[in-house]
Order: sequence, then C-alpha cells, then structure tokens
Amino acid sequence: MADVVKLPEPTEKVVVNLLRLANTKLPTDVGWALEAAAGWETSDTAAAQLGAIMENVRKADLLARPMCQDTGIPIFWVRGKFDSSIVKDIAVGVEEATKTIPMRPNTVDPLTRQNYGNNLGEGMPIVHFLPTDDDFTEITVLLKGAGSENMTKFAMLNPAEGREGVIKFVTDTVLDAGGRPCPPGIIGIGLGGTADECVAMAKQALLEPLDEENPDPVLRQMEEDLFVKLNSSGLGPMGLGGATTVLGVKIRRAACHTASLPVAVNTGCWATRRASARITATGIKYAQGVRL
Amino acid sequence: MRNLNAPFTEKTVRELKLGEVISVSGPVVTARDEAHIRTLQLLDAGKPIPAILRGAVLYHCGPIMKKSAEGVWTVIAAGPTTSARMNKLEPRMIRECGIRAVIGKGGMSAEVAAVMKECGCVYLAATGGAAVSLAEGLAQVTGVDWEDLGMAEAVWHFQANNLGPLVVAMDTEGNSLYEQVRERLNRA
Repeated sequence: MADVVKLPEPTEKVVVNLLRLANTKLPTDVGWALEAAAGWETSDTAAAQLGAIMENVRKADLLARPMCQDTGIPIFWVRGKFDSSIVKDIAVGVEEATKTIPMRPNTVDPLTRQNYGNNLGEGMPIVHFLPTDDDFTEITVLLKGAGSENMTKFAMLNPAEGREGVIKFVTDTVLDAGGRPCPPGIIGIGLGGTADECVAMAKQALLEPLDEENPDPVLRQMEEDLFVKLNSSGLGPMGLGGATTVLGVKIRRAACHTASLPVAVNTGCWATRRASARITATGIKYAQGVRL
Repeated sequence: MRNLNAPFTEKTVRELKLGEVISVSGPVVTARDEAHIRTLQLLDAGKPIPAILRGAVLYHCGPIMKKSAEGVWTVIAAGPTTSARMNKLEPRMIRECGIRAVIGKGGMSAEVAAVMKECGCVYLAATGGAAVSLAEGLAQVTGVDWEDLGMAEAVWHFQANNLGPLVVAMDTEGNSLYEQVRERLNRA
C-alpha cells in the first residue's frame, strides 16, 4: 500500500485506525509474496489453498472486515518522541477498536481462563519503547494470533554448534510446527542477545518489509539459505504439501555472552498483519512495514 | 466441488476420499478447547449436553460475532483454529457424541485418526485465516450455547450454505494427508 497521509488526530484515534488497517488490509509486500508463490506452485492442493487465501484477502479489504477471526494480541512499538501517557492512549484505542472493527476479545486470565472482554487486562497492552531525538512519534502494531505464536521456540545452543546449529534449529522448528502456524508465513529469527532480548528480536523481525534486504550481508545470506531450504521441504501451504512453506525469513542480531548462542524463532502466519503511523505536527503518515 | 448436506451418515463419510475437496451445507457447530472440556465433564457427571453436538459436524473455530441492537447475532469472521490442541479431547467426543466430521486446520494426531477409522468420522481441512470467505458459508446463526465461555470458546450453531472449500485431510481408513506430507519432508 502506498503511504497514506492524514491530518493530525488524537492518539487513541490513530491507534484505532492502525488496528483497522492491520486487520483489514494485508501489507502489500506480503500480498506480492503470496501472488508470486501462487505462480510457482505446481500442486493443485497448494494452489487451491493460496487461491482461497487471496480471495479472502480481497473480500476482507472490500468489506472492511478482519481477514482472520483471530485478531490476535496487538503488540505495539513506540519510537521517537513520546511520554508515558501514550500507554493510556493505546489502551483506549484497543478497547474502542475491539468494539468498532470489531476484533475478537482474546485476552483471558492465564489460570481461570476468564475473558477480559476488551483485549486488555493485566500487563496489557504490550508496548515496546524506542525513544529517539526525532521530531515524530511513530506507533507500530503487529497483530499476533495464537496459531503462529504458540509455535514460538527459543534455545540456548552451545557456541560450538555455530551457524549450522542455528540453521538446524530453525528448520526443525518450522517443519515440526507443520500446518499449525498457517504457512506460508514469515519466519522471524532472533540471534544472540540474552534470552528475553533474543525472543523480542525474533518478533521485531516480522515488522520488516519482505522487499527490503537485510543490510548485513552475512545475515542476508543466512536468510536466503533458509528461504531456499524451507521452501524445498515440501511442507507447503497449511502443511498440506507444496513448494511454498515460507514467504520470507528475517533475522535480527545482537551481541551475546561468550558462553551462549541464543536463537529464537517467532513465526508470522500468512496473515502477518502490521501497520505503522508516523505522527508529526503537520500530519500522520501510515505504512504497513518498518525496520526499527 | 461436491456439496454434502449435514448431518452426515456413517456411509457418507466412509465414502469420502483422501484429498477430495468438498463443501458442507446444513447444521455446523463450533467447539474449541473449553467447549470440549465442558462437554466431557458433563458426560462424566451423567448430565445432558447440548443436543446439537450429537452426530454433529464440529468446527474448530472461535468466530468474531456481532450482536445487533435487536439482539440478532451475525458472523463477521470464522476461520478454523489449530485442531492439534484438541488431540487429547477429540477421541471421546467422537466416540461418545458420534461426531461425523471435524473441520479445522493443521490436522490431528494418530490417536484421533484411529478413532476416526473405528467410529466413522473424517477431518476436513479449512484454509487457515480464510475467515471472511468461510463466514459467508456460515451465513445463518441458529443459536449459541455456553456464552459464559467467551465469544471464541462458546458453542455457536450455524446453518451452513456451501461452507468451503474443505479438503478431506484425514479419512475413515486412518490415512492423513498431513502424515503423508510429513513422511516425505526434505530436511536436508
């Protein structure tokens, strides 16, 4: 989607707009990747699955309905200039969007399973903060459904396992998940850091547009190798067989302890739904992919 | 694409071929983790379960529903959820409720496949995330049980109209498309 510019609005309204955009319009980079995949699939079953997905994407857009009933848990990143009041604004936006879009109320107490009814509750909304000296406030949201999120894996590999160990761990994670995370999707990988940072990087990697190259040539090569390997596996759309298991692989890296090789995999389903709004004094610019 | 009318007879499901693509019309009922658990608890206690579950086409789905000012429910989005979460619960549902077809995504365990073979039940794969298209196939809402479980976990009753496309991914012979794909996976 081309960037859309709008006049300034209250932050909670921007959050509702972001949630509506992410729920109803598949990011163009993801849509292009699906169309390309449909072009090279030779299996009838796989082609039919991709066809059903693309038809659904068109209908969701046309009817302004959430493309998937699992509207997920919205995860936010705030970058630029902001103060602590933004958390309240985001919470208000989430509650409002749950009613008006509508989104499925997904948050429950982990033990009693009692539903909060508004996609909020203890510890919600999840917001990551990236303060900078820029003259804008940028809010990004990723909608994370449970089908893909439940397949998340993290490992502390031995440093001796090296690059090959990382490739094997990612491959096993994706193939063992089978059809459960709604392939073909995006494989987000965190490499290094500490346990918490590694998983956070894997998720953040899902925000990056598929048509933007990783600036690091070493990581870019690993992404390409994994892309070819996973798409040669035969798992296919929905795990029913075919040539398209992933639409993209994205790796983020941080330094780690000399005794550790942390690696995390966080999968985005085919409906990797994301949206960003960059708010300045003169307007708001919307986009559906960002490298943070 | 062949359209089949629910409820299904044992003969109907035993004639379905692995890989065949069909659509379903007639009564379809949703059930996820919590509805499975509650049904089994009621059966254990010898108490009645919603009659609609008997011999049903069970849809692993937590839809987005909207209630009008007049109190009428409509379905907004209704794609399948991951069936594997119900692996431990489904054998008893099939045996004791006579479930004839399970609609979901991602497939189910070998244990479920064996019970499907024994009792005459198939697994129909819906396209994950194709929630707007699948909601069209569920146009008429005929009732709801256990709303206290929340929108996603409640038992929603639908009158389906050409719900699909659905792939026969586990048949009544114990075969599974997922298992066949898994056996052939290239991990090299």
